Amino acid sequence: MKSLVLKNSSSDDVWQRRRQRSLRWLKSLGGFAATIAMTFLGLLAITFVIGRVVPIDPVLAVVGDRAPQDVYDAVRAEMGLDNPLIVQFVHYVGAVLSGDLGMAVTSQRPVAEELARVFPATLEMATLGILIGVLVGVPAGVLAAARQGSWVDQVIRVLGLAGYAIPAFWLGLVGLAFFYANLGWVGGPGRVDIFLEGLVPSVTGLLLVDSILSGDWAVFRSAWSHIILPAMILGFFSLAYIARMTRSFMLEQLSQEYVITARVKGAPERVVIWRHAFRPIRIQLVTVIGLSFAQLLEGSVMIETVFSWPGIGNYLTSALLNADMNSVLGATLVIGAVFIGVNKVSDLLYRILDPRAR
Amino acid sequence: MMQLSHTWLLDENPETRFQAGAGQTYRMVRALLRNPLAVVGLVIIIGLLIVAAFAPVLAPYSPIESNLGARLLAPSADHWMGTDELGRDILSRIIHGARITLMIVLMVAVISAPIGLLVGTVAGYFGGWVDRVLMGLTDVFLSMPKLILALAFVAALGPGIENAVIAIAITAWPVYARIARAETLTFRNAEFISAIQMQGASHTRVIFRHIMPLCLSSTIVRVTLDMAGIILTAAGLGFLGLGAQPPLPEWGAMISSGRAFILDQWWVATMPGFAIVIVSLGFCLFGDGLRDVLDPRNRTR
Repeated sequence: MKSLVLKNSSSDDVWQRRRQRSLRWLKSLGGFAATIAMTFLGLLAITFVIGRVVPIDPVLAVVGDRAPQDVYDAVRAEMGLDNPLIVQFVHYVGAVLSGDLGMAVTSQRPVAEELARVFPATLEMATLGILIGVLVGVPAGVLAAARQGSWVDQVIRVLGLAGYAIPAFWLGLVGLAFFYANLGWVGGPGRVDIFLEGLVPSVTGLLLVDSILSGDWAVFRSAWSHIILPAMILGFFSLAYIARMTRSFMLEQLSQEYVITARVKGAPERVVIWRHAFRPIRIQLVTVIGLSFAQLLEGSVMIETVFSWPGIGNYLTSALLNADMNSVLGATLVIGAVFIGVNKVSDLLYRILDPRAR
Repeated sequence: MMQLSHTWLLDENPETRFQAGAGQTYRMVRALLRNPLAVVGLVIIIGLLIVAAFAPVLAPYSPIESNLGARLLAPSADHWMGTDELGRDILSRIIHGARITLMIVLMVAVISAPIGLLVGTVAGYFGGWVDRVLMGLTDVFLSMPKLILALAFVAALGPGIENAVIAIAITAWPVYARIARAETLTFRNAEFISAIQMQGASHTRVIFRHIMPLCLSSTIVRVTLDMAGIILTAAGLGFLGLGAQPPLPEWGAMISSGRAFILDQWWVATMPGFAIVIVSLGFCLFGDGLRDVLDPRNRTR
């Protein structure tokens, strides 16, 4: 029905142009998919190279340094290390694609399995962090732009600078000393009080959700008091960035003529800001929030270490200290892939949502 | 005899190349000094340089020697920032740590900026498949999480300051390559480039003598802005035990060793953090000011 109306109201010429345009868009999407594939391949190449640079000889780790040469050679061949590098790389990519990240040296369990176990904890904290960042950052940025030079604007400016200059791990430690040890407002390190550990069956792996599902409010309260400080610290860094970007997008809109027109027509300031100026920047904000979420996942590595949070960042840093390279590379690969994925998805969303980019 | 006067510097029709250059620098410095926040940043950076240069003179105690009789003392008139778990004066350690921080940021800048400049200018100058390959590589590195990548590289190379510097430099160059390429493209087909080429200059000469100098200012701005991030990453590596090794007074490693006492002796971990924040802030503020002066297109509102 819709296409019928379109066809009637437009000449063949317009039709053709429209088809050409959507074809071009599909083509650019194809190019986009190729870029993503290249980036992931690049990530794999980097982890592969790092795995080869390691001074630890993986064969020696298996056979011990007193093994005779023929045993050494046999194991080396068995591990595929006598193949040319490019063949080894193809094998590596194949293994990773089939979900095989090797065995963790310390626990002798598959790295992929261990990462799947710890990932929900990171996801939970990062999600709460980005929620704080968006829910505080966006309104604060809008307010700062609407009242340029006001105290909100100054605070945003200072926060933006602080977000660049304060080390996250240090803020975590200071926060722990102040809010946990001094004031006792929040729970300490870890995900939940130790005597409540393991009480709730793991369904989603997200402790807040799982405790609600099983109706165990004691666990929920404890989990909440443990997650809130690290999530707020992560949220602080993302809100510093989101607010700054929101502010500059809004300032750009507010200087446009249509805003002046709306004001001249007598529209109330609230309507001018939220209905007129804020609408067009929502698409740009999607990209900013995506970028911020990806950075937050990365930042959680340090925060998790400080808060002994049993997530992927903590897993990565303890693997580093144990020189457990399979685990280190596996965690690097997963964090890298999620980081790239989130970035590319927000990029894609921008292309789909913004009529100009289409 | 040349006179370095106000009017000579601001002459609209400079007679020599030197006068033009000096005049431009003079205008830039004046514009920079009009920005109070940039001046604050500059003062912090100069302070860091002085502290690093005169560390042995300024530090009241030895940064390395332990004094077990004075363990974990609270800040007082004798020890302004208290002492750590081995009785070492924290202020003295922070003062000596300025040298390490300064060395790390300088080394990273000296390694990564030239790599980025070279890749970017070569890609922009030659175009075609050279450009596609180099920029493809750059984009792959650009879309990686920096801290994680640095962690993995240090894990492979082994802990230590040198390896931390290399790991950070590996993650830092792609931005400079992008910037240099964008700059190169703007004047790649300019007449002065064709004129030099027709005089028979080699590609190497054109790139190194004529294109790179023009990309320098935007690269310097970006490097200055990145310094804060480099300091934070280096401190993070130190905190995880992958950067500078004890007993070196590296700020991140100092925070890490104070972690065990954070609940009772808060100053051990807190004080080095303030040093990091102040120095990072200095580079941020100065970088912002520098960008406003050198690159009016990106003026912060």
